[in-house]
Amino acid sequence: MKLLTHNMLTSHVKGVTKGYPLLIKATEVKVNEVEFNPQFVSRMIPKLEWGALVQAAEELGHRQDLPGELVQDYEKNEDFLKKVHRVLLEVEVIEGCLQCPESGREFPISKGIPNMLLNEDEV
Amino acid sequence: LKAMKMKELESCLQQVDTFEEPKILLEQYPTSAHIAACMLYTIQSTFDDIEGKLVADLGCGCGVLSIGAAMLDAGLCVGFDIDDDALDIFRRNAEEFEISNVDLIQCDMCRLEPEAYAEKFDTVIMNPPFGTKHNQGMDMKFLRAALTMAKTAVYSLHKTSTREHIQKKANDWGVKMEVIAELRYDLPASYKFHKKKSVRLHQTVHVLQLNVTQDRFPPFFGK
Repeated sequence: MKLLTHNMLTSHVKGVTKGYPLLIKATEVKVNEVEFNPQFVSRMIPKLEWGALVQAAEELGHRQDLPGELVQDYEKNEDFLKKVHRVLLEVEVIEGCLQCPESGREFPISKGIPNMLLNEDEV
Repeated sequence: LKAMKMKELESCLQQVDTFEEPKILLEQYPTSAHIAACMLYTIQSTFDDIEGKLVADLGCGCGVLSIGAAMLDAGLCVGFDIDDDALDIFRRNAEEFEISNVDLIQCDMCRLEPEAYAEKFDTVIMNPPFGTKHNQGMDMKFLRAALTMAKTAVYSLHKTSTREHIQKKANDWGVKMEVIAELRYDLPASYKFHKKKSVRLHQTVHVLQLNVTQDRFPPFFGK
C-alpha cells in the first residue's frame, strides 16, 4: 500500500462518523522505485489531505524534512516534488495494519494489500 | 511519451496470468488481452484519460486492465477487488512485469459508502460483472460506485444487450453516455457448466464512456 492510496482510505465501520486518517501500524515497509512524473505529483498535491500524508510518512519513519504545511509555488520546486513523489508512490507498507481512529477496528495489510472488507455486523 | 502501439500492448497483456479457479458467483471471466488493449488504447489515444492520471480499476481481478493502464503510463492505477485469490495473482503479475505504478485494495464495491473515494480518481476503468446470471444488478452497482469515484470519466465494458438499460440509468443519473467501441467477445469455456470444451459463446460487448464532467452530482448521489 502506497501513501497516495492511504490518503484516500476511510473506515466505514457502522457508527463511525470520521474514520480518517487511518493510523498505520507497519511491521514491514519497502521503498520501490517509481518513475518521477512532476506534472502528476503537482496535480495530486492540492487533492491530498496534506496533514494525513505527513503523519503517515512520520509513522513509517520516512518523513525526512517534509514540512507540516504545504509550501507555496511547489509546481516549480523540483526538489520538493521529488520528496513528495517518494512518500506518495515509492514508500510502501507491505505488512501491518490500519487502525480506525474512532472505533479502533484494525484492517490488516498483507503482502502490500489492505483488507477493507467489513463483517456483516459492521455495516 | 513512450507511444506504445496497440498491437504491442496486446501482446504484452497476453502474458498476464488469469484466474486459476474462476469463481462463478463473482463472475470471474477474464478480460481478453485483445479487448483490454483496444479499450485502453482508445481511452488514451482518443480521450487522453490514462497517461499521468490517477486511475481506478473496479473489480480488477487478475489485473489485465490495470497493468495495461500502468504500461500506458498512468500516474497510478489502483485496483479494487473483493477476492484475495484474484488479488494475489494480480500482485504476482505486477511483480513479473516489474510494474510499480499500481496499488491494490481489497474491498466490496457493492457496499461502498457513497462518499468513499468521492471524486478522488481522474478516470475509472472496469470490466464489471455482467450482472445477468447469478448476480443481477451488480453491473449497475459497479457503475454507480464508479461514477462517484471518477472526476472525469468512467470507461466500462458491458454486454451489448444491456445497452438500453444502461442508457436509461445514465439519463436518470444525469450523466452523458457514449459507446466508444464495440467488440466481439468469445467467452471461453472456463466453467464446468460449459460442458463442451469446444463451445465458445460469441457475444458483443461495448465500451461505454460515461462522462461525469457535466451535470456533476445529481441529488441521486447524495453529495
